[in-house]
Amino acid sequence: MRPLTTTRTEDRTADRRRARRTAETAGIGWKLLLLKITVLGLLNAVCVYAAMVLFFNERWLIGTLVVVSGALLTWIYFQRGALPAKYLAPGVVFLLIFQVFVIFYSGYVAFTNYGTGHNSTKDHAIHAIMLQTQDRVPDSPTYQLTVIERSGELGFAVTTEDGEVLLGSAEAPLEAAPGAVVQDGRVIEVPDHEVLSFAELVDRQQELTSLSVPLSEDPNAGALRTQDGQRAYVYTSRFVYDESADTLTNTASGEIYTDGGEGAFVTPDGAEVMPGWRVNVGLENFVRAVTEESIRGPLLYVTAWTFGFAFLSVATTFVMGLFLAVVFNDARMKSRKYYRLVMILPYAFPGFLSALVWAGMMNQEFGFINNVLFGGASIPWLSDPWLAKLSILIVNLWLGFPYMFLVCTGALQSIPEELTEAAQMDGARPFQAFRQIKFPLLLVSIAPLLISSFAFNFNNFNLVYMLTGGGPRDIEAGINVGSTDILISMVYKVAFVGSQSDYGLASAFSILIFFIVGTISVIAFRRTRALEELN
Amino acid sequence: MAQSLRTATHRTPRPGPAEPPSVSRRTPTRRRPFRRWFSQTGWRHLVGIAVVIFAAFPLVYVFSASLNPGGTLITANTLFGNLSLRSYVDLFNLPRQPFAAWYVNTLFIGFSASAGSVMLGALAAYAFSRMRFTGRRFGLITILLVQMFPQLLAMVAIFLLMLSIGEIFPAIGLNSQIGLIMVYLGGALGVNTYLMYGFFNTIPVSIDEAARIDGAGHARIFFTIILPLVSPILAVVALLSLVATLSEFVIASVLLRDPEKQTLAVGLYQFISQETSQNWSIFAAGAVLAAIIPVALFLGLQRYIVSGLVAGSVK
Repeated sequence: MRPLTTTRTEDRTADRRRARRTAETAGIGWKLLLLKITVLGLLNAVCVYAAMVLFFNERWLIGTLVVVSGALLTWIYFQRGALPAKYLAPGVVFLLIFQVFVIFYSGYVAFTNYGTGHNSTKDHAIHAIMLQTQDRVPDSPTYQLTVIERSGELGFAVTTEDGEVLLGSAEAPLEAAPGAVVQDGRVIEVPDHEVLSFAELVDRQQELTSLSVPLSEDPNAGALRTQDGQRAYVYTSRFVYDESADTLTNTASGEIYTDGGEGAFVTPDGAEVMPGWRVNVGLENFVRAVTEESIRGPLLYVTAWTFGFAFLSVATTFVMGLFLAVVFNDARMKSRKYYRLVMILPYAFPGFLSALVWAGMMNQEFGFINNVLFGGASIPWLSDPWLAKLSILIVNLWLGFPYMFLVCTGALQSIPEELTEAAQMDGARPFQAFRQIKFPLLLVSIAPLLISSFAFNFNNFNLVYMLTGGGPRDIEAGINVGSTDILISMVYKVAFVGSQSDYGLASAFSILIFFIVGTISVIAFRRTRALEELN
Repeated sequence: MAQSLRTATHRTPRPGPAEPPSVSRRTPTRRRPFRRWFSQTGWRHLVGIAVVIFAAFPLVYVFSASLNPGGTLITANTLFGNLSLRSYVDLFNLPRQPFAAWYVNTLFIGFSASAGSVMLGALAAYAFSRMRFTGRRFGLITILLVQMFPQLLAMVAIFLLMLSIGEIFPAIGLNSQIGLIMVYLGGALGVNTYLMYGFFNTIPVSIDEAARIDGAGHARIFFTIILPLVSPILAVVALLSLVATLSEFVIASVLLRDPEKQTLAVGLYQFISQETSQNWSIFAAGAVLAAIIPVALFLGLQRYIVSGLVAGSVK
């Protein structure tokens, strides 16, 4: 019951609100409603499934997050209000995970030693060390072996000398298998598993010989391995792990390895046994980047070149684009549209392909430029540190001038012709009129595009990586880096190219780029006052 | 930034074939003396020819190389010395490089990601343009800021995230195209919303109000009234994000491991870095085929793209 004191106006607004609500509900057709329920139902099903799997794998935090966000989404779409949330939610979910979260995650990784040799947890590392160093026990009993498979994963079914039947795989230690059928002391059938034929064994020999099935949960107990797929023997590791003291002991040499605190087992005199595991190393990646000469040097010149490259790219493409825009911005000239059509082509051609094609043309021995244009000269376009830089700028000029031409033409045509005419009346020569009237006006509308073009070239990975691969390589540097690398290609190479990946150091470099890009964008925002225009 | 430019765009007369009719009338019908013609427009043609050579040459070169079967880098230097389509046939029969699969993958990933981006961007732009809510200004500023940090800066974190997702859900983790599309969608809001937001603002709110009075709900207004009205910007955004996805290399190369799952950018790069100069003509054929769709779209939709470019997106 509404209190009696309610005035008529309040009454009317309430009525209006109700009317609007009814209209809105009526507006959603039953098909749309059905769609909505189906989609939400699917979403919930996926969330519940994901959460169950996550909880099963003991990922409590992420599992809870999935449940909470699933519930939140359902709530957003099943209540009346919060209309903006209904429209923003789908994009924001993806934005939060793949753009915002990953930035913070980069920050986290930058403080770890994540990389080749430090990929996993300590338990996995111990397990892997023991696996790598297994030797056959001299007086090992012989196990009659049958190789089995379940969902692509190989396992062993063995009979011991006492006639006991055991089953296990790389992940699951041996345990009794009551359902197995044994014939002539050898397992011939196992429920839920397939027995591999001889031909299949030959096919997967490598996988088979590297398979090691632990005897029990205790990593020191040893494991079964086979060479021929017929008989298995007990192998034990040269290392013994002492859980209470947290040490690894090499039984052959007697050396004792302890947890050195940096994600690996080390002897007192500093010898490490790999693999190690992932730990937080604090600021070490950043400290390494500024103190280790073999990293600091490359980092400095790569940063300098990144700025130089981005600046020169914008400058050259802008000058050429503007020049062409002025040249072609004359109504008396015929067939301009055909010129324009051809000029757009470099821009329309996918950038990575252009760089690869240019790399072929600039090849020192066989390339078109050396062989045809320079009559067989051997100019090291891509392998001389300075010429390679020049080549990158030339190719980027080719890639980028059409864009500048297009935007400059657009901006020029939006400046009224009367301004130039008035200036000429006052006695200005054509160039003066352009320089002092049109150019400043043009800059006003082009400046933000120059800034975003700078930001784009700052991270122009495709061009650098496809044209020179960052090379020629700097052999003195402690990391895989070359004289045309820009920061982003250096991050890629440190993290993903070659046999040694250092995700921690690469992330530390990314964080550096974040700060640089952030600073540039703050300056850009200040200058263009974009924020003030928001209403 | 983009907003001030957008107004500039709308003032911009579309460059191109539509010349004012007065031009042809002003041009004298009898020929100008050569020297005068040259100093007025003739030299412009010289510049034009030089630029056309510079712009078109690499493309002519790669096309000619693709028609030179069995060609290496060195034989490709004789332009159009040999004309045959055999490299195009060989391209689809490579023993270790599944070119056809790359092509299909690229189109699948490109079209899904661009359709998804347009949808997510349009939904968000509608909310920002038509509704007033707490956090709206904050949201717009956030999107402007996020726009400044391209996703590839966080490539290591994206890789590690997908690696751990893949341990539990292989279908959307590392080495999965669905996973890659999801990563691309993460960048959708940042890149597209602002462009679309500006265009949504140019559609008068009175249209929404009229529809609401006639009893249409917000969903119907959005899907049946607003979306058709903003279709030009939808086309621009779809095209730009399609072209960007087609030549995206970093994230695709990091996430897609199996050759038959990879995209053209990743596959062709590996192909050329493995067999540098021997199979140049097959690579050239691949490049021509890979470029056909983006180039055709660009030339066909030139005008729309130019307006989108001026409003602030860079390839």
